[in-house]
Amino acid sequence: MPNFTINGISVDVPQGTTILEAAKTAGIEIPHYCYHPKLSVAGNCRMCLVEVEKFPKLQIACNTIVTDGMAVKTDSEKVKQAVTGVLEFLLIHHPIDCPICDQAGECGLQIYYMKYGLHKSRYAVEDKVHKKKVQDIGGQIILDAERCILCSRCIRFLQEVTGTGELEFFQRGDHSEISIFPGRPLDNRYTGNLADICPVGALTSKDFRFKCRVWLLRGARSICPGCANGCNVEAHFKEEILYRLKPRQNDEVNKTWMCDPGRLEYKKANEARLLTPVNRENGIPKAAPWEAALSSVAFRLWEMVEKHGPGSVAVIASPQFSNEELFLARKLADEVLRTPHLGFSLRTVGDGFADDFLIKADKNPNTRGAKLLGISEEKFDDIVQNVADGKIRALLVFGNGIADLSDAETGRLLANVPFVVQIATNEGAVSRAAHAILPSASFVERGGTFTNHAGRVQRFWMGFPPRGKARSAIEIITGLANRLGAGWKSGGEAQVFRAIAQSEAPFAGMSYESLGELGQTAGGKG
Amino acid sequence: MAIGIKKVARPRRMSMGETLYLLEIVKGLGVTMGHLLRNIVRQENIPTIEYPEVRRVMPPRFRGLHRLMKRPDGSPRCVACFCCSTACPAVCITIVAGESPDPKVEKYPVRFDIDMLRCIFCGLCVEACPCDAIRMDTGWFTPPENTREKLIYTIDMLLEK
Ligand code: SF4
Ligand code: SF4
Ligand code: FES
Repeated sequence: MPNFTINGISVDVPQGTTILEAAKTAGIEIPHYCYHPKLSVAGNCRMCLVEVEKFPKLQIACNTIVTDGMAVKTDSEKVKQAVTGVLEFLLIHHPIDCPICDQAGECGLQIYYMKYGLHKSRYAVEDKVHKKKVQDIGGQIILDAERCILCSRCIRFLQEVTGTGELEFFQRGDHSEISIFPGRPLDNRYTGNLADICPVGALTSKDFRFKCRVWLLRGARSICPGCANGCNVEAHFKEEILYRLKPRQNDEVNKTWMCDPGRLEYKKANEARLLTPVNRENGIPKAAPWEAALSSVAFRLWEMVEKHGPGSVAVIASPQFSNEELFLARKLADEVLRTPHLGFSLRTVGDGFADDFLIKADKNPNTRGAKLLGISEEKFDDIVQNVADGKIRALLVFGNGIADLSDAETGRLLANVPFVVQIATNEGAVSRAAHAILPSASFVERGGTFTNHAGRVQRFWMGFPPRGKARSAIEIITGLANRLGAGWKSGGEAQVFRAIAQSEAPFAGMSYESLGELGQTAGGKG
Repeated sequence: MAIGIKKVARPRRMSMGETLYLLEIVKGLGVTMGHLLRNIVRQENIPTIEYPEVRRVMPPRFRGLHRLMKRPDGSPRCVACFCCSTACPAVCITIVAGESPDPKVEKYPVRFDIDMLRCIFCGLCVEACPCDAIRMDTGWFTPPENTREKLIYTIDMLLEK
């Protein structure tokens, strides 16, 4: 292990570490643009210059390997001058259109200018070279060539991660610019990452364009609900509206990336929401207070069980719900309603595209969790058969769709059941047919855990309290069970997870503390 | 600093003349009549003005109702950068940005509302604006209106001022 000193601090780092990475362990920041921990080193921005003892010239920290006894300085006058000089060069042709740039507030140029620049430009505004602005280059991306600092991160991403190579440098000297090949727009499902890795406002998101200023957003650590991969994300919101999802680093799951469809998953927390409990009386849906809604649902369920036996009630769970909620749903079915009919239906989206990188064919974040908790998918077909045969008198449906049934098919199927209750976040075919709707919180309005395709149990956090009158499904299920005489203690998701860890073998020994930010793999097979 | 106690003098007992009131009323009327006579004789010095027909001239740095500036072609100079609404301590500026039909402009405000009831006329928005697109030099203070809605000024109203 080489030992080196940086600004007088001595640190041990593993063999082969670059100065830039090593400095992080010593808590020293070295400014950089072209370096990205998940891409190859290009060394072309020259922002990371540092002084290394016995080297005649300044060295780039991103591509200099630490050797034993090396002495590095990042705060000498020489380094400061060089970094300010580099920044002045990088900004020479910059259009300084921060007021209309979506990157403003999280822009590498703004941040480093305030820290290392603060110089007066010696270049006349009239002499700036102009390049093409507002180019729709396909995917989720808008390109503004004028803002680009030619760091090549985007080029390397498209060569090394997606392997599609749509972007390249064109021209020479100060006319160099980044561009796609004529008529060949971005064509991959990971374009959104370009906006994340571009340190400046050259590549920005089309979807987020002009929607909100980034400094007004707050973030919550979350899990993308888009598919079974369970990419770690940061959900950005202002008040009760979500604006975007950004990947959060988890080297075991998604490194620092996420897919394009996943980025749009935030919309379902904003649009077509169910926000008040609804009771349908004589075919007319009426908003009802929670107490009344829960009591009348509980009463109808009890009535059906009493009159027609537990076999007349069925529960269709959904892997869109968290482990905690599925666990309670199973307890409700097994211990309170005592029905054998408990299954889950999978949400399907489009053609169910999958690849060998992040995107999984299963578009549900918690299918593995549902299976590990002993809820089976096979039972679902059985339930549908029973419903079609008219044997089910009361049906509790989680989620806003039933498997891949079309709206008309769902309506026809549910018409066979005298009493349909729905617990869901969004409107859909089921809510149009349901006799009672209990609105549940979206993925940023509650906390919990999802188990991804590989059995990794990962936490997501609450960003803001449920919108409108919605409630977390934990509260709803507990409310129903207690009205049916179960006498459960009400508690938050942490308490429910503790119960899961105690009684469910795959989750044994886990707790919210042990899961931490990045999650833990569940034992057992599902 | 210790909290001190300040003794406030009680009003003194009224004198005999004061308790009779009559004398005091005559004195008071004297003041009123004095003003009346002065105003009749020197009308140009009457301090009261016929608002709103007549308006007091405000000092040049007076911060009044806002206006939005225009470009030479009449479109708003504002680029919807949200600097003013971020700076506003009363949170009374609502902006919705959109893609401008002019590609050179790129971003423009689709909506720009100022809630004049909330505004505290601090002028921070004017200072925050990087484009000199908002000014408070109309010399007007908030006029009386009979509904709250009328005091939420929209972009069209602000551009016209
Ligand atoms: S577009 Fe962004 S990521 Fe690509 S080279 Fe330019 S600055 Fe770097
Ligand atoms: S791969 Fe799946 S989990 Fe990851 S971002 Fe895409 S949809 Fe979300
Ligand atoms: S980060 Fe080292 S040269 Fe760009």
